[in-house]
Amino acid sequence: MTTAEIVDMITVVIDGFEVSVPKGTLVIRAAEQLGIQIPRFCDHPLLDPVGACRQCLVDIEINGRAFPKPQASCTIPVEPGMIVKTQLTSAVADKAQKGVMELLLINHPLDCPVCDKGGECPLQNQALSSGHSESRFQGVKRTFEKPINISSQVLLDRERCVLCARCTRFSEQIASDPFITLNERGALQQVGIYEKQPFTSYFSGNVVQICPVGALTGASYRFRARPFDLVSTPSACEHCASGCDMRTDVRRGKTLRRLAGEDASVNEEWNCDKGRWAFKYVTAVDRLAHPQVRNSDGELVQASWPEALAAAAAGLKASHAAVLVGGRATHEDAYGYSKFARVALSTNDIDFRSRISSDEEREFLAARVVGSKTTYLDIDRADHVVLVGFEPEEESPIVFLRLNKQFRKRALKVTSIGSKLSIGVEKLKGEFVKVAPGQEANAVAGLPLTAKSVILVGERASESAGVLTAVAALADSTSAKIAWIPRRAGERGALEAGAIGNLLPGGRPVADASARVDIAALWGAPSLPAAVGRTNDEIYSAVNSGDIGALLVGGVDPLDGINGAAALAALDKAFVVSLEIAPSEVTQRADVILPVAAITEKSGSFLNWEGRARSFDAAVDDSLNRSDLRILSMIAEEMGTSLNLGTVTAAAKEIASLGTWDGARATLKSTSASKAATLKENEFILTSWRRLLDLGTLQKGEENLAGTARQTVAVISPQRAATLSVVDGDRLKISTSIGSVTLSALVEDIHDDAIWAPRNSRGSQLLVNLGAAHGAVVTVVKI
Amino acid sequence: MAYSTQDLATMDSIIKRYPRSRSAIMPLLHFVQSRVGYVDGEGIELIAQLLALETAEVSAVATFYTQYKRKPVGEYHVGVCTNTLCAVMGGDAILAGLKEHLGLDNDGVTADGKVSLEHIECNAACDYAPVVMANWEFYDNQSVQSAKDLVDSMRQGNPKPPTRGPNSLVTWKEASAVLAGLNDGKAHEGVQAGEASLLGLRISKEGK
Amino acid sequence: MSKLTPILSAHWDEKDSFTIEAYTRNGGYKASQKALAMDPDAVIQLVKDSGLRGRGGAGFPTGMKWGFIPQGDNKDHYLVVNADESEPGTCKDMPLLMANPHVLIEGCIIACHAIRAKNGFIYIRGEVTHIVRRLNQAIEDAYKAGHLGNGIDLVLHVGAGAYICGEETALLDSLEGFRGQPRLRPPFPAIAGLYARPTVVNNVESISAVPAIINNGADWYQSMGTEKSKGATLYSLSGHVNNPGQFEAPLGITLREILELAGGIRTGHTLKFWTPGGSSTPIFTQDHLDTPLDYEGVAAAGSMLGTKALQIFDETTCIVRAVLRWTEFYKHESCGKCTPCREGTWWLVQILRDLEAGKGNEADLAKLLDLCDNILGRSFCALGDGATSPITSSIKYFRDEYIAHITQGGCPFDPVASTLFVGAGA
Repeated sequence: MTTAEIVDMITVVIDGFEVSVPKGTLVIRAAEQLGIQIPRFCDHPLLDPVGACRQCLVDIEINGRAFPKPQASCTIPVEPGMIVKTQLTSAVADKAQKGVMELLLINHPLDCPVCDKGGECPLQNQALSSGHSESRFQGVKRTFEKPINISSQVLLDRERCVLCARCTRFSEQIASDPFITLNERGALQQVGIYEKQPFTSYFSGNVVQICPVGALTGASYRFRARPFDLVSTPSACEHCASGCDMRTDVRRGKTLRRLAGEDASVNEEWNCDKGRWAFKYVTAVDRLAHPQVRNSDGELVQASWPEALAAAAAGLKASHAAVLVGGRATHEDAYGYSKFARVALSTNDIDFRSRISSDEEREFLAARVVGSKTTYLDIDRADHVVLVGFEPEEESPIVFLRLNKQFRKRALKVTSIGSKLSIGVEKLKGEFVKVAPGQEANAVAGLPLTAKSVILVGERASESAGVLTAVAALADSTSAKIAWIPRRAGERGALEAGAIGNLLPGGRPVADASARVDIAALWGAPSLPAAVGRTNDEIYSAVNSGDIGALLVGGVDPLDGINGAAALAALDKAFVVSLEIAPSEVTQRADVILPVAAITEKSGSFLNWEGRARSFDAAVDDSLNRSDLRILSMIAEEMGTSLNLGTVTAAAKEIASLGTWDGARATLKSTSASKAATLKENEFILTSWRRLLDLGTLQKGEENLAGTARQTVAVISPQRAATLSVVDGDRLKISTSIGSVTLSALVEDIHDDAIWAPRNSRGSQLLVNLGAAHGAVVTVVKI
Repeated sequence: MAYSTQDLATMDSIIKRYPRSRSAIMPLLHFVQSRVGYVDGEGIELIAQLLALETAEVSAVATFYTQYKRKPVGEYHVGVCTNTLCAVMGGDAILAGLKEHLGLDNDGVTADGKVSLEHIECNAACDYAPVVMANWEFYDNQSVQSAKDLVDSMRQGNPKPPTRGPNSLVTWKEASAVLAGLNDGKAHEGVQAGEASLLGLRISKEGK
Repeated sequence: MSKLTPILSAHWDEKDSFTIEAYTRNGGYKASQKALAMDPDAVIQLVKDSGLRGRGGAGFPTGMKWGFIPQGDNKDHYLVVNADESEPGTCKDMPLLMANPHVLIEGCIIACHAIRAKNGFIYIRGEVTHIVRRLNQAIEDAYKAGHLGNGIDLVLHVGAGAYICGEETALLDSLEGFRGQPRLRPPFPAIAGLYARPTVVNNVESISAVPAIINNGADWYQSMGTEKSKGATLYSLSGHVNNPGQFEAPLGITLREILELAGGIRTGHTLKFWTPGGSSTPIFTQDHLDTPLDYEGVAAAGSMLGTKALQIFDETTCIVRAVLRWTEFYKHESCGKCTPCREGTWWLVQILRDLEAGKGNEADLAKLLDLCDNILGRSFCALGDGATSPITSSIKYFRDEYIAHITQGGCPFDPVASTLFVGAGA
């Protein structure tokens, strides 16, 4: 935006003090500017004003004309000539507030000593600040059955509820999941669900956080702690690339809960349930505690750090080694792996994309994504958003909330290119461009976009040939912005750090000699390897063909790719150094295991999909676990080189000193779309995505959370269902040459050629079960 | 219960009355009552499906209004006005009399399923107090005895006709269909006005 | 000459008054023809000039309300008729619709034309099966006769038991398929009403008054009533009188005059208290028999004209029992949205129950009044305000009777004495 937005300012007087605020500001927030706290319950800055609780009543006059009765300051915008008297200067407002508080408390159970909210409760606090010390109520309180589960992870205590409707408004206005509503009427009005439809919103935890009393509580945190016993640390979410600001609450070294932090430009005040409630994996009992080295008998045995480091260094030096780093590394750790590959291993054989990926994608990332600056603000201002290989609600939930906000506010046009209409796109009333899996590229070409449009590309776009080529062409022809939104929190950072075979840090193409000189100079290295490195798949192949003898692996699940067998074979064959937090397919096959710190135990940052740094400190003090970066430095020392990256701070400093690359960007070769397949009657083309809540490793041990996951189903179109005589609930067996899964059928809006199933949900782990995820022809039989 | 093709067509026509489909929730709930006698889960789920709403949104509406019943009522649902004026004029005594006569508490249903009893709020017939409603038809100027006679006639399967209403009392389900906006062809039946409604007009014609 | 002016009720005594044939026979649907030929703004001006004010309780000038609708905004406009008549004591719209539904339909046609609306909705309370039949049939007949369907459509929407839906914004939410809870204002319905479009919400009687105004002119209507309360209206007399019923008279008539016409208070008894316009209007006593029953006169005497629901109670009636019952009504009908009304009515009922049962004390009276002070003007809508009216006004006039309940440890009244059938062997 080149023109500054002009904001009309209005000056009002509150309790005798003048304050100027933008036109449209509510009185309650104008008062906040002066540090005047008007008590409130239903008011929330991100929800539409409702004026229900009546706690925030103040006296108002405009140009000498007084309102005959106190007004709810949460519903009235400032006006010129307005004079406001709050409880501090108006006896009427003060009595009105105290009267409302007394009424709010007559039916409140006052069970603060056993309430999770006690100590951080707006009702408790404001009853003290704005209430009478004694109640005149001597009657019979309203009672309800004590807490009822409205989902497996949210409990509702209706006796504590003050009916502010923050939760129901959030569900409707922010999440578009109106599974909780106000029911009944009058004094019996209560929040509730429909008996057969629990509150299975991906965003349900937010209602626990914004509940101003202890009516809504999370099952996982219930009765675990008192707020004043917790130590809070600002943190960033590691679950996806949305980049939520978070707060982690720890008691005696153990994370007890995580809350959404506030960042107006990213997650506002929200997060998703995975980010909020999936953290036990960190403290799971099977954490690796000690280094291990495989002995001459082929057994892994505990080793000292010096022994393990020596073994690792020796093994990595003994033959050509490559680096595989998962998409969850922090920016600093990824930078460490990137530098380690070049400096200690003299190779560009490194790839952070431990998932299905393509050469087209690697070129696209280098040519279009690295260093790019599309942001949430671009979504806010977009005239049209196109989703390609991307389901925001499942794969980057805060992006979904932002789209939904703009949809609700101004009917933002959203177009989704895909095979199956998703729940999220339905909620956005998006235009659904339905194509057979694999044919997305043709649908991308020719979309009528403008320079104000945004194309949101998911990592799954790499799963269909030609899609990314088409996206780049569309952006070129329309000037629309591109944003690449991977699922994992670390991928954008790893890309910027050069943890990929065709790029050095800061978007410098490996193939560019001056780029190599640039980085070599910074690193004090005589030269950097010149050959573009191998990709993920190529690295595994090279191990299996004997060209690579050693692998340094950090945070990788080898079964996240299509060819899991080849990956496992390579890990079996190579000398493997594994940096991990817990036992895995990699550690089982490793020759040296080096335990590393989990996210809560270290500092660092992620770059979210925007490329925005989301830094955090260790939430748990005194952890003995070290970051990947620190351990890589130690291996490098052992190998006789130096990374000079002893600490995260040092790494961050070095990253900051990289500067921007002003040389030529890598180019994107054109890839064409594959031909449409011809299908027999019982053949379908498979398509899938990972659901937000599924069998992901970071959700281990979260039973309450898992209880709200969407059901595992196989989706086919009405036409194909008719041909195969399939109705909802029938069992469908989906097979490939690798194996099969049998799922419950759901007939919905999907391309006739396609069958959809969740990629990694209970009963449907397609990569393992079928060796396929998208675009493969599968056989489907009703059983 | 299974909704017939005809039922679904009727529901569709109800939805089409409105510029926005959600407005049809209330008549559709009345319609469900005309088929089932009360609002059951199946009805809520069907309405949610027809209007593309979540079930919670439909149940939120259904539980707000007192005319939507959560469990079966009698074939003849009797409401005794006990708002102040009717109560004072005899409504309290009528309600007590009927409770005792039928052996029911408030919101109870007789074992034969014929009669249910509810105390109701002002029904806009104060000039005919005390007022009893049956399936929301007017029974004006009631006494304890006349109300007992009325429920007896219902239990015998031959309910007395309303004071201001059709020639004979329709059943709860039939009345619910009328409230869903369906025409049962009985609009022309019954008086055009009761005596009290005509009082001022009569007096003015007398020149007073 | 009679003090009464039957206009709306002029033909109610004809057996078939509710049919389109009778309505047409008596000159019906001529006003809409006349109005449709007029410029819409001229219709609005005529209604403004007539001085017609809202008959649903608030008395807002009808023509002015119509004039608030933005013109030429290329948006759909809507007319919504409030036929939710539920205020205790109020019983004028229901007999009107039973006896003459077509006058409302004709009024709707005129109003839709004036405000440039293609669609009108009549929101009728659900507890009146036969009136729903009559109105539905009348709409069908008006379509068949071509009065509707030629640019103006009318939909009957049947409520389901919620007093709050008489509040215009709650009515709109209910009509949109939501829980009937009041909306924040602004925006007012004239700007963003039904489906967020400019909307006029009028009471049945207000809209029904329009055809006669079109036929007879503003001056004719102006000639009735008082200085600021023009025209005639339906007064509904009920309770302890010899002859309850509907009295259509010019605004400003007094209760004394109506009682004289109606044959007085129940024989052998005396007037104790009465409501001028339903239970939400502060009660009056025999001191107010000569208060002019127009908007200003009633307001000056400390109450509101409201719906002109004259509920009459004689000396056999216990004021505490009467007020408790009304309070129970407000508790039952509170929508639950705002704290003062939801929690306040819950508490008021408990205190009043104790007082009626003789279990209260004098401090409870002070508590009642203070609670009313914390509800009145603190609630989201007027329902909470209305709930306090009977309490504060009754304590004002009958404090001694409350005290008597306390000192005697119970109610000093015999409930049988106040029934219609006392002495009849019940």
